[in-house]
Amino acid sequence: MSAVTATLDREAAWRLAATVVDPEIPVLTIEDLGILRAVEVADGVARVTITPTYSGCPAMDAIRDDLGRAFHHAFGAGRVEVRTVLHPAWTTDWMSEAGRRKLAEFGIAPPSGRAGHAGGPVRLTLATRCPRCGSADTVEVSRFGSTSCKALYECRSCLEPFDYFRVL
Amino acid sequence: MTRADPHGEVIVDRLSLADEIVGGGEEAATADAAEYALWLGDDALVLAQCLGWWISRGPELEEDMALANIALDLLGHARSLLSHAGTADGRTEDDLAYWRDEREFRCAQLAELPNGDYAHTLVRQLAFAVFQVELYDRLQESSDATLAAIAAKAAKEVAYHREHSTEWFRRLALGTDDSRRRLLTALEHVWPYVGDLFRDEPLLDRLEGVAVRPSTLRAPFDQAMGALAAETGIELPDPDLARGGGRHGIHTEHLGLLLAELQVLARAHPGATW
Repeated sequence: MSAVTATLDREAAWRLAATVVDPEIPVLTIEDLGILRAVEVADGVARVTITPTYSGCPAMDAIRDDLGRAFHHAFGAGRVEVRTVLHPAWTTDWMSEAGRRKLAEFGIAPPSGRAGHAGGPVRLTLATRCPRCGSADTVEVSRFGSTSCKALYECRSCLEPFDYFRVL
Repeated sequence: MTRADPHGEVIVDRLSLADEIVGGGEEAATADAAEYALWLGDDALVLAQCLGWWISRGPELEEDMALANIALDLLGHARSLLSHAGTADGRTEDDLAYWRDEREFRCAQLAELPNGDYAHTLVRQLAFAVFQVELYDRLQESSDATLAAIAAKAAKEVAYHREHSTEWFRRLALGTDDSRRRLLTALEHVWPYVGDLFRDEPLLDRLEGVAVRPSTLRAPFDQAMGALAAETGIELPDPDLARGGGRHGIHTEHLGLLLAELQVLARAHPGATW
């Protein structure tokens, strides 16, 4: 990562940006989450576009700093510009399969089902499985959890509480 | 120019910090659209500040988290809306949040009403959530691309807020005699300010296709609230008793105190970052 002379092309820039993790859920990269939207390179500067999960997500500042740090180490100073866009609005549907798997392994139940769309099919709430024992016999303890994107659940089989990444 | 970032070793020379919030469009807001963005942004900012007070004081831990999360969403909306408003005349979200005085704020008076007991907070929150669900649903069609993008994102979040306060309305209405009495008291204090949310101002005539006419939100709001009231056997008080005027900078005595707390740190240390 210390090779300051490495070539900064679009693919290298994407690969590097995709190593940055979410500070709240460090097993997921911003690529896994679908927060990383676009990478372009022009005149030796990468332009990385990210989108927040929730409007008030405080992780965006940390992610921007981490992107800056990663590019600085790999390519030297002034090689990245980070842009935040709100449109199109982020949805859990953008979370990769690998991301969902890693989330469950980390102890957070991944979103069950797809986000609803205006005019689309009615959204069904599927059973939320306990990420520890796999039981579907779980109950919502609190609709709001430790971060905006999560709700708090409890498993009635193994009696452990767990976080659930809500469908958005 | 290269300078060390106060957060650590990050070099911010080309790392763009200025365009933190960009919506669907990158065009500056017109003066009228900016004024409208202030209406919505100030509602969200002031509500977020009120709700934040409950952190560590909620009736149960889950409610601490719920109100903190709702406040955070609202703060996110406020930041986006104030940032957009600021593009009209080169001000930042912080300039607008910390350096305007009471009469320059455009929040509805409903937003600044005291937290009271939990029923007061919930009634205020329910009114706003139901209003904002209808508002952001329609504002997604705005010809101002940034407003449309902010609305599309906010719409999903306020729908969740509405579910939260609706459940609490039911719980208070159908719980104990005491919870019902408190709910009725809260409605008596808070509901007179609700009607002001739906008042059309001359500004709206200049924002055809950009803004959502508040008066058009009244019917869906009344329908949603009417259904909830009927289901719980609650009679809603007259929503048009208070004089209102928040959109013109006319506020209750509560806003000044709230802003003093919100703004004191930024004003004591101008330009500080952390």
